[in-house]
Formats: sequence, structure tokens, C-alpha cells
Amino acid sequence: MLMFALRRILVSIPVLIGITLILFIMLNVVPGDPVALMMKEHASPEVIERVRAQMHLDDPLVVRYLSFLWNALQGDLGNSIKLNRPVTDLLLKAFPNTLMLAVCAALVSWVIGIPAGILSAVRRDSLLDRFFMGFSLLGVSMPVFWSALLLQYVFAMQLKLLPVSGFYGWEYMVLPAIVLGWSSAGVSARLTRSSLLEVMRHDYIRTARAKGLRETGVITRHALKNALIPVVTIMAIQVSGLLSGAVITEAIFSIPGVGRITVNAISSRDMPLLQGAVLFATVLVILGNLVADILYSVLDPRIRSQMKKDA
Amino acid sequence: MTLSADPAAILEPETIEEASFLRDTMRAFRRNRMAMVGLAFVVLLVLGAVFAPWISPHDPYRVELDEQLLPMSATYWLGTDNFGRDVLTRILYGARISLVVGIVPSLVSLLIGTVLGILSGYMGGKTDFVVMRLADMMIAFPSLLLAMVVMYTLGANLLNIFLALALVGWASVARVVRSQTLALREKEFIEAARANGTSRAVIMFSHIFPNVVPTLIVLFSLSIPEAIMWESSLSFLGVGVQPPEASWGLLVAKGKEYMFQAPAVAIAPGVAILLTVMAFNFIGDGLRDALDPSMKD
Repeated sequence: MLMFALRRILVSIPVLIGITLILFIMLNVVPGDPVALMMKEHASPEVIERVRAQMHLDDPLVVRYLSFLWNALQGDLGNSIKLNRPVTDLLLKAFPNTLMLAVCAALVSWVIGIPAGILSAVRRDSLLDRFFMGFSLLGVSMPVFWSALLLQYVFAMQLKLLPVSGFYGWEYMVLPAIVLGWSSAGVSARLTRSSLLEVMRHDYIRTARAKGLRETGVITRHALKNALIPVVTIMAIQVSGLLSGAVITEAIFSIPGVGRITVNAISSRDMPLLQGAVLFATVLVILGNLVADILYSVLDPRIRSQMKKDA
Repeated sequence: MTLSADPAAILEPETIEEASFLRDTMRAFRRNRMAMVGLAFVVLLVLGAVFAPWISPHDPYRVELDEQLLPMSATYWLGTDNFGRDVLTRILYGARISLVVGIVPSLVSLLIGTVLGILSGYMGGKTDFVVMRLADMMIAFPSLLLAMVVMYTLGANLLNIFLALALVGWASVARVVRSQTLALREKEFIEAARANGTSRAVIMFSHIFPNVVPTLIVLFSLSIPEAIMWESSLSFLGVGVQPPEASWGLLVAKGKEYMFQAPAVAIAPGVAILLTVMAFNFIGDGLRDALDPSMKD
């Protein structure tokens, strides 16, 4: 088990290094001077020169990449040009807000998605199944920015039940969490349903029924145990989707999180901040995938033995 | 007797089977009611987008400042926006962008993903290693952020949206195609071709490729709605299509400033996105069930 986790961690290291390289190339081989672009016509040539020197922009690319990598390893992602503060500080200050949004959204997604998926599978092809599946399709097909706007309009502007935007207490989290959670609730519901249907086809379910167990017992004690394994692990994988969704959700609801930092960094052309924010988010995604894989192997012994065979 | 029959008759079963595969697929697809509804919607949308200038009496770009934010009426079916432009007309023109953005990058990422996936699966070894590690990296990037970085670097316009979305999309195609190639490689007919002395290029192109086509069709149909969604999100965030073009995401972004006076300006383009994405998803699900019943559920 430990070996598997270790090997899995080792495999992610080259991926992570490759990602830093791709990101660095994309952001640093920009045609045009990033400093001049950012400062537009307000800055004198001397100021531009000074900032360029501060950012070591005149060093060779390879040197700049290696020092970026070395500094990033030590937790130093450079300084934000616009806010003139360490990128790491800004990100660490914003991260709890994003994390809270993601956790609340995940809760919404599970609380709605898993029961809906179970009911749909148990009452397959019933009206209830169609309703839930239609609802989840709606969740998956709806642009996050639009559902956010709609809920804002109805619950905040018209009914005045909840605040429109900002982040000063739990009530500010309700709408964003529903918006973000609904879209992944659809995924959770569909996955739970198909996974449960898959499991119900197995012989041991027939055995459980044959020995006279009640249907609820068959489902809760035998089927769900196996059916929920992919559902539990998908959430870790969905970190990527949640982060992308969080970018939009945070922008709309003015939540000071990592997503909003990214959007602001783009609009103010703050390259170090953008670089740091994207790297930060990508590390989160890789960690999420890592956790998912390890969780999977803990929950499902078949995967573990498969891994042993492969190795 | 039957043995002395025309040689063409012996070849016939194959053609019959091919024709019936296509026919079965079509029949299975047609039986899927939601897929047909989706198809009908998409056909209407394509017609609307292509013939927009003839369908709508309004100019999508002309500013009419004394006709700002008008409510729904017989002249302006969905009202007007803050520049006095007809909302419905702008949605119709937005359909052009969404359809092109749905199709072009999906084709590009399909092409790249298929070539690299087959190469990776069939050649194995170093090729496989390099391609798959590259795919791992692309998949580890949060898609929206990756696309945003590309737009930041290259500038916000339609061509770069194609680039960004193709860059985001190819890796998952390559993974699926590779795993299918790996399975196909072990089949007898490939072994026979190899024993024949058929070159690797021919095996990959004319033996393996045709067998992944059904999967490619499904992947294509399901990547269209995804691309439409990404484009609208990028445009909503201001790093996609730029004004005065009428992308649906951009229309929602601009309309949200006037939610109080004229909610339809922001809500209607969102409905367009929702319906279009749903329609393509229905078609994709229908195609998947028709082409490969084992992928169902």
C-alpha cells in the first residue's frame, strides 16, 4: 500500500516539472515586453528598465526558468507587479476562501447527487428516474455564470433572501455553493446511478436476494458498498472542474479566492501573479488526482492487486 | 450448385454486413427520441445561424441610443440591449460563433488526439512514453485556466480560442484512442496483416483507424457542447470573443449590468447556451448508444 502511494507520488513529479515548463514557456515567450504591456504608456523607459531588472527579465530564458523552479520549490513565487506583494502570501490568504467554496459545493453535490443517483437506479426508468436525470442534465448543461446570475436575480435581487455578492459571513456562501455544487451534483448523480446499476448485475446481489434479504438490505449493505467507490473518488478528481468553476463563481460573487485572483491577474496583466495562481491551482489538481488514486486503491482491493501486477 | 456461384456473391456478405451496421446504427439513433429532438434543434439552429441576415430585419451591430433596453414587443421579440440592438438578432449571430467554436477546435483536437493516440498505442516504447506523459500534463492543467493562459499570451480573439480549446482537448482523445489501439493491436486481423508484411503505416491508417472511427464520432459529438461551454465561459470572463461581436457568453456578461431594467438581455443568451449544449449532449448520447451499446450507462 505504502509502496503504491510512494510510486504514485514519484510518477507525479515529472508531470509537475513538465507543467512548470509549459506554463513558463507560455507566459514568458510572449511576443512583446510584458512590463511595457502591463504599464502601458504611464511608465518612463527608466521605470520599465528597473522593473525588468527586478524581475530578471533580461537573463537568458533557461536561467530564468531554473531560478523560477528553484524559488517555487522554496515557496517563493515572486512578487505581484500590480499589488507589489509576494504572490505566495496573496495566494495563501485567498486559498481558505476557495477551499471553503469547494467544500460547500462538494457537500451540495453529494447531498443532492448521491441520493438522487441511488433513487434513480433503484427505480430505474420510473418517472422519478427521468426527473432526476433530467435535472442532472440541466445541471451539467447550464453555464455556471448563467445559473449564478439567475439565482442572484431571484434570491438576492427579487426576494432579497440572501446577499448579492461579497464575502462577509456564511450567508454569502449559500448561493455560490449551490451554483457550483449543482453542476457537479449532476455528475455525481449520473455516476452513482450507473455505478449502482453496474453492481446490481453481479451474482452476489442475486445471492443476497436469494437468501431472502429485503431489497433495502441488498442495496444498502451489499450494493452501495461497491457502487460508491467510484463516487467517493470522483470528488477528488473533480477538484479540477471545481477549480475551473470556482474561477467563474468567485468572479461573479466577488469572493476573494484564488479564482478571482487569476481573473484579476489577467485583466491587470500581472504575469507573476497569474503564473503563481495557475501553478498553485495545478498543484491542487495533481494532489487531488493523487488522493483519488490512493483512495481508490484503499477502497478497492482489486485495483491494488492490478497495480502490483503492472509493476 | 451453390459452389459454382458468381464469386461476387461470396464477397457479398461483407458488404451486406457493412450496410447493415450503418443501417442498424441509424435505426438505433432514430429510435432515440431525445437524440432526434436534439438533432432537430441543432438543424434549426444551423439554419438560423446561416440565414440570420435574411431572417432578422435588424442589424446586430447598429447602435440606436433612443431604443435602449426596450421590453419584448412585436418588433423586438426579446427586447433590445443597452445599445438599442435587437437581442434575438444578436443571439442568432451568436449562434454562428458558438457553432464554429463547437466544431472547429473539436475537429483539430480530434485530429491531433487520433494521430498521437494511434502512434502511441501501436508503436509503444519511447513514442508511447513521451506522448502519454505530455497528455498527463495537459490533463493535469485545469482546462479553463490553461485556456485563459493561452488567451492571455496570444490575445483574445476567435482564432486563439480555437487554439486554446484544441490544446485543452487533444489529450483526452489521445488517451481513449490509445487504449483502443492497444486492444486492437492484439487482434488476429492485425497479426495477419503484420505477418503479411504490411507496413506499420498502412496497418495504423487502414486497419486500426477505421476501427476507432465509431468512438471518434461519439467523442466529437460530445466535445462540441464542451467547447461551446468553454468559449462562452472565456467570453463571459472577458478573455474570449471581444465586443461588438455577439458571443453568447459575452452577451450574458454585458447583459448582467442591466438585470434590473431588462433581465431578458442576460437571461435569453444563457437559455440559448443551455438548449444548444443540451441538444448536442442528446445527440452525443444517442450516437453513443447507437454505435457502442456497451458504453451505455
